[in-house]
Amino acid sequence: MERVPILKLGDILIVSIQVDLDDQSVLALQEDLADTVVSSGARGVIIDITAVEIVDSFIGRMFSTIAAMTRMLDAETVVVGMRPAVAITLVELGLSLGGVRTALNLEKGVAMLQHVRGTAG
Amino acid sequence: MTVPAEAARRRIVDLFLSSEERLLQRWTQLSGASSDELRDLYQALHAALSGEEADFADARGLLAELSRGRVRQGHTPSDTARLVFSLKEALYEVVEADGGPDALRGFVWFSRLVDDLGLYTFETYTSARERIIFDQTEQLLELSTPVVKLWEGIVAVPLVGTLDSARAQVVMEKLLQTLVDTGSEQAVIDITGVPAVDTQVAQHLLKTVVAARLMGAECVISGIRPQIAHTIVTLGIEFGDIVTKASLADALAYALGRSGVEITRGAPTRVAVRAERA
Repeated sequence: MERVPILKLGDILIVSIQVDLDDQSVLALQEDLADTVVSSGARGVIIDITAVEIVDSFIGRMFSTIAAMTRMLDAETVVVGMRPAVAITLVELGLSLGGVRTALNLEKGVAMLQHVRGTAG
Repeated sequence: MTVPAEAARRRIVDLFLSSEERLLQRWTQLSGASSDELRDLYQALHAALSGEEADFADARGLLAELSRGRVRQGHTPSDTARLVFSLKEALYEVVEADGGPDALRGFVWFSRLVDDLGLYTFETYTSARERIIFDQTEQLLELSTPVVKLWEGIVAVPLVGTLDSARAQVVMEKLLQTLVDTGSEQAVIDITGVPAVDTQVAQHLLKTVVAARLMGAECVISGIRPQIAHTIVTLGIEFGDIVTKASLADALAYALGRSGVEITRGAPTRVAVRAERA
């Protein structure tokens, strides 16, 4: 089973998914992420899926779960870099990822987190 | 082939080969085509018939070219077929002058040959026509879905014409790809040129907006005419929290506001001042 690395940049955690995830890795990632948010006191999480070509309903749900989970720990989650084909697939599957923030790329994702924190604090 | 048939065949080929000028003249008269075209065709047939093995590849190639050319000039398929068939009539006159039974019997064989060639032109004609239609459909699909940049970070898709599933898919893919390529966070879908909106079209629009949202961009739908607004409400289509505007200008103003651009009216221009004085 492959573990996805979680990088820390200031008070933001960056998760860049580079491989096709199986269900086990997804569950492991959720646990790791919750642990790291608590231990590092991060205020934002960015999940970069630029390299992901296939998203199934399970991974689609993962985004919602992670977003809800990190929100409880006072960190906002942004999913960035979704490919057009992936977006179309998710829409066809009927998943609209309610409650998940999205941005076009990593840069805009970071800007969005700073903006959100600026208005909140 | 039986011996008399063989003789008949030889006789008609002889007649065909020996009376070039007479045939060509009559053929040109009957078909109304240019004599150069027919001369080329005659020579190809001449070569095919005088050889040991009857090989009509050259003649067919010429016919295909002729047929394709005539599609472009707007001739009907009957015209093109008649051009080939009129050779029979021209040859029949030669056969009648000859008067021999062999020639008459051979004419039946020759006539079948010309029929084949005629049908061949018809087939080429249709396939050339289909090719043109296919190309045009593709061009239309490409033409009809431009994605234009309105401002830094704002793109628009002016939709013109009926939106079917195939087109909606192309529009969606092209818009989303442009969002990625240009890094635009605001998109405007302008449906001023869409004649009617039914549940299916609305469904396609909604899907596009949701997909754009998933990627982190906001979509505004603009150009909803009064009748269309009426239809949408009557059909009970829910646009939910999707922003809709009456005109492209409103949508642009909204998108500019969302991307943090402020528009202020500057000092009046000379034209405006002159208009005020008048």
